[in-house]
Amino acid sequence: MNKKKKRAGTARYNKWGYIFLLPFVIVYVIFQLIPLIDTIYNSFFENYRSGLKQIGPNFVGLANYAKLITTGDLPTYFANTMIMWVLGFIPQIVLSLILAYWFSDPSLRLKGQRFFKTVIYLPNLIMAAAFAMLFFTLFSDSGPINSILVGAGIFSQPYSFFSHVGSTRGLVAFMNFIMWFGNTTILLMAGMMGIDTSLYEAAQVDGATSSQVFWKITLPLLKPILLYVMITSLIGGLQMFDVPQILTGGTGDPNRASMTMIMYLNNHLYSKNYGMAGALSVILFIITGLLSLLVYRMVGGTADDSYGKPAKRSRKAERR
Amino acid sequence: MEQKRKRVKRAGHGRRVVAYIVLAVMSFLCLVWFYILFINATRSNGELGRGFSPIPSTHLLENWNNLIQGTLPVFNGLFNSFFIAITSSVLTVYFSSMTAYAIHVYDFKLKKFMFTFILSVMMIPTQVTALGFVQLVDRMGLEDNFIPLIIPAIASPAVFYYMKQYMTSALPMSLVEASRIDGASEFRTFNRIVLPIMKPAMAVQMIFAFVGSWNNYFTPALILHNDKMKTLPILIAQLRAADWLKFDMGQVYMMIAFSIFPVIVVYIILSRYIVGGVALGAVKG
Repeated sequence: MNKKKKRAGTARYNKWGYIFLLPFVIVYVIFQLIPLIDTIYNSFFENYRSGLKQIGPNFVGLANYAKLITTGDLPTYFANTMIMWVLGFIPQIVLSLILAYWFSDPSLRLKGQRFFKTVIYLPNLIMAAAFAMLFFTLFSDSGPINSILVGAGIFSQPYSFFSHVGSTRGLVAFMNFIMWFGNTTILLMAGMMGIDTSLYEAAQVDGATSSQVFWKITLPLLKPILLYVMITSLIGGLQMFDVPQILTGGTGDPNRASMTMIMYLNNHLYSKNYGMAGALSVILFIITGLLSLLVYRMVGGTADDSYGKPAKRSRKAERR
Repeated sequence: MEQKRKRVKRAGHGRRVVAYIVLAVMSFLCLVWFYILFINATRSNGELGRGFSPIPSTHLLENWNNLIQGTLPVFNGLFNSFFIAITSSVLTVYFSSMTAYAIHVYDFKLKKFMFTFILSVMMIPTQVTALGFVQLVDRMGLEDNFIPLIIPAIASPAVFYYMKQYMTSALPMSLVEASRIDGASEFRTFNRIVLPIMKPAMAVQMIFAFVGSWNNYFTPALILHNDKMKTLPILIAQLRAADWLKFDMGQVYMMIAFSIFPVIVVYIILSRYIVGGVALGAVKG
């Protein structure tokens, strides 16, 4: 009797669940779901401006998609994005692993840990647009970096960083690396702290060297987090925009070699070519959707110990 | 035995030296850009043209005056950025807590569906819906308005997820029940009992939401076209698009410093909570 009454008592409150959910649902439907459906709808129409003439909207089926892929623009920009992501991600993950290992190694007793963590996390909070503008001025032909390099006799004349493919892509990758390695370090460190210390003690008793401990214990146990970091970083990398946009003034030069997919989307949005912009968005949506499915299965499927990470990583995805 | 211990100790010592060197180099690589930025913001256009010097000069005030009297509406930009960032971050933490509370405390038919749904849309980037978003804003007549940059913050799946995790570990149901027995309404329980418990999580997420909005360039650039309504990142992009060689470079550096240094100052004050918050998100069971 008592039990039944109690259950009825809580049930009375449960309609409040819907009431508290209402703001989220309304705002999500209006500002996310409807735009998403609209975007998909647009992708099937020819709709752009040619000079002063408005073409469309005419239903063209999958023609926009075919055009995106066959003209070669999308594959090129996808490759650019991936190259710049990989160039930044490899040093980032290697360095973050090493730093996280050092920070969490008690036998190393590193002093000033808080200071170092504060410093390496700092670039993550800097406005990417302003940081890119800063790099643009610093690395310009008459900027301080060239003035130092020429002054030191390394170059006989200023090196034009932004008219060479390698240096432009390299700078974008370097900026992404500097902006994100602190964040990755802190994440991996938290993962390492979660490893049972008795494993380390046992290894120490058995006389394992620190590199053996790293390769045989830390790394295998860290695999889920590493995989997670990689996929979320990839999702963030696909959204690369602010840095190359400002660095190259939106052109993606030299030779469009640093034009990313979102920059391409941005160009279509500005020129009001809604058909192409829609098709491009849908392709991006499918790619990120597949990748997030992987993340979701890793997060949702596993036990409590992997909780919490996505909240902050997807922040990364949002901010690229 | 003694010898072996010494050797181990020495090996540890060597690793420590390497660790400090790497950390020093990385710290340098993180900070040097901001040092150069500061130095260059104190130098006049003429001095900047003559090459780099690591010593600050005396033209800081002059550059500052030139910037605020120049053509870029920097104070409008500052105000707009600040207004959007503060309102959207307050909305995002309040309503994300509310959404998390709905899922955490109540038991209703669609609960499981909603939770799964929110988790699965968490990683969808805002860019892929940008086209529909711009068209929607157009139809609503909200171009050059802050509303489309503020209101969507109410539905933030990532912040919701963080709040939900925090509630699972920090909010016992007995507290909610006690409040009900005391006769408090559900809203009152949420505002007076639950929110104070959520304070640490809200502070962390508010900082991140603020910084995220402050730094956001993609969406505001699509919505705001009127000079008076633009935010700082758009003004920076405008500076880049202008024929920048004609600019007074002292002013350019001053403008960049103007956008970057407020965040650095806030970060120095709050760094303990911010770095802790990043780790918190990862460790939290």
